[in-house]
Amino acid sequence: MKRVVALAALAAALANSARADSATSQDLSKGYAKFSEQGGQALYANVCQACHMADGKGAAGAGRYPSLVADPKLEVSGYAVALVVNGQGAMPPVGRMMDDAQVAAVVNYVRTHFGNRFTDAVTKDDVKAARP
Amino acid sequence: MTETPPPGFRRRDLLSLIGVAAGSGAMYQAMTSLGFAHSSDYGGPIKLEGDPNGASVLVLGAGLAGMTAAIELRQAGYRVRVLEYNSRAGGRNWSLRGGDSFIELGGATQTCAFDKGLYLNPGPWRIPYHHNAILDYCKRFGVALEPFTQLNHNAFIHASDAFGGKPQRIRSVKADFQGQVAELLAKTTAKGRLDETVTVEDQEILLEAMRDWGALDKDYTYGAGLVSAESRGYAKDPGGGVGAAPTPGAPIALSDLLRSGVWRALGNFAGYEFQTTLMQPVGGMGMIGQAFATRVADIITYNAKVTRIQQSETAVTVAWEDAAHPGAVQTESADWCVCTIPLSILSQIPIDVGPKMQAAIAAVPYAASVKIGLQFKRRFWEEDEAIYGGISYTDLPIQTIGYPQSGFHGEKGVLLGAYMFGPNAFEFTAMSPEERIRRALDYGGRIHPQYAAEFQNGIAVAWHRVPFTLGCAGDWTDETRAAHYDDLCQIDGRVVLAGEHASYLPAWQEGAVLSALDAITRLHRRVIAT
Repeated sequence: MKRVVALAALAAALANSARADSATSQDLSKGYAKFSEQGGQALYANVCQACHMADGKGAAGAGRYPSLVADPKLEVSGYAVALVVNGQGAMPPVGRMMDDAQVAAVVNYVRTHFGNRFTDAVTKDDVKAARP
Repeated sequence: MTETPPPGFRRRDLLSLIGVAAGSGAMYQAMTSLGFAHSSDYGGPIKLEGDPNGASVLVLGAGLAGMTAAIELRQAGYRVRVLEYNSRAGGRNWSLRGGDSFIELGGATQTCAFDKGLYLNPGPWRIPYHHNAILDYCKRFGVALEPFTQLNHNAFIHASDAFGGKPQRIRSVKADFQGQVAELLAKTTAKGRLDETVTVEDQEILLEAMRDWGALDKDYTYGAGLVSAESRGYAKDPGGGVGAAPTPGAPIALSDLLRSGVWRALGNFAGYEFQTTLMQPVGGMGMIGQAFATRVADIITYNAKVTRIQQSETAVTVAWEDAAHPGAVQTESADWCVCTIPLSILSQIPIDVGPKMQAAIAAVPYAASVKIGLQFKRRFWEEDEAIYGGISYTDLPIQTIGYPQSGFHGEKGVLLGAYMFGPNAFEFTAMSPEERIRRALDYGGRIHPQYAAEFQNGIAVAWHRVPFTLGCAGDWTDETRAAHYDDLCQIDGRVVLAGEHASYLPAWQEGAVLSALDAITRLHRRVIAT
């Protein structure tokens, strides 16, 4: 057990040193597990935008990515949190690669941009409660 | 390799070795048959016996799964039609060549500017030797294959925060890691630490094995010298004539190997799907799709966007519209339907199937992945680095650099300048194609500084922006498989699904073909029985 603790401490130390270095050498995420972006705008621009596009309007091909613009479904904050955390249909559960604060930030960003004006912000704890 | 018993290896040891070997005979046999059972469950060319009496089948999607179904069902006597969203056949079996245009979701248009003969495979790019079904179709359809080098010992493993950012040769990392692990085990053995778990006789064999496997010297040490150099390479290679003696280089210290994380990349060569021999079609992976398409070209309707899949007691009716000129809905009916539309899209199309299959269709998210092809005017990786084919791995966001597997010593070449999954794949998908290429050049230039001077043009495919899949491949988990996979694969009334998403070989072409063969085998059994 002691060895496990020691290894965990080592891993944390390595992760910290890697993070300190990466801040100067690159601005994208490092590793396969987590998004490094902080704040709703950065998370939207680097994650959600991949499918929902910069203007939030989505796109259509053989299938479509729904528009987030003035979207009445976003009124229920829990719905947006659940989508990010669990995914839906083809949408990957991107919230699993974010911590609770990141999920809250990006949900709050989408619910207050693209013509959405839902000001009841979600919190880290709301996200934590929504995790499977 | 040691072929005769080394000095000090006593007869008693040999006898015990033979005894062990004799006792394990049964196990060897069991492992062999287990191995065969796992080398894909392809049983040779499909035989659909019995007369379908003019029954008709509508196949949705002209990727490898759909075309496999169409070719074989027509051969068995069915009347077959195929609807395809794209203006070409092949689906994710796809090669981009000079002159090809690609419009991604969001509207960005790229026209490939590669020289003649050069290509990027945005989708699958390699075929393991045990993917028997796809290999058999290549053989039957005359698709020429050539080796795909997965492990090139002279390619790089690169850790951006280690070794001053200098990429390390795979052969050195592999030999130094293996050698120092072997030395540790040898020391542990010599100190008697294994006495409780390994017999004295086996310990002697283990010591010899570690010396052999780890390139240890006579003292069971891994260090700079001609013994380790035979595995890790030399600082100065052996030559001919005067002054030709080789000079060994210094191994990378174990601690540096461990902390840099370069050992992680060695896993890319270990898995069953990445073991020698892998193959690729000569001229691009798309050659397979083209070979399939020549056999069904007369029954494919292109630019057909499916909008509704209905079924009754007697027929399946599919509504579709012209993808290029939407609006006017057309319908196509048949007795049966083989639907190979990716679940990312099928989950958005109204379809008459039961609740279990509906739930299965909606249960599978699609993975993010990005591939970028970069044309360079000089094959500097061959000329300057002696890298002929193979793959370099890096912890930079591009994750992968793939080298042309053929055409060595040619003038120009196209590198796979990025192939990524995970968070970086989302981040790159969110960029414009120009930005993806700019980043690929920036990151890749840290491994190959020649990039800046030699780059000519590039093309970037982000799979979540691909209009005909909306993602790279079905991203199953153990939990979703347990809950939904069997429901996905059932025949629901007159509809059966096929594709890599209906296989245990996700994202592999073998999965698409095997899934189609299984689906039509079961469908045919039902048709013959009615």
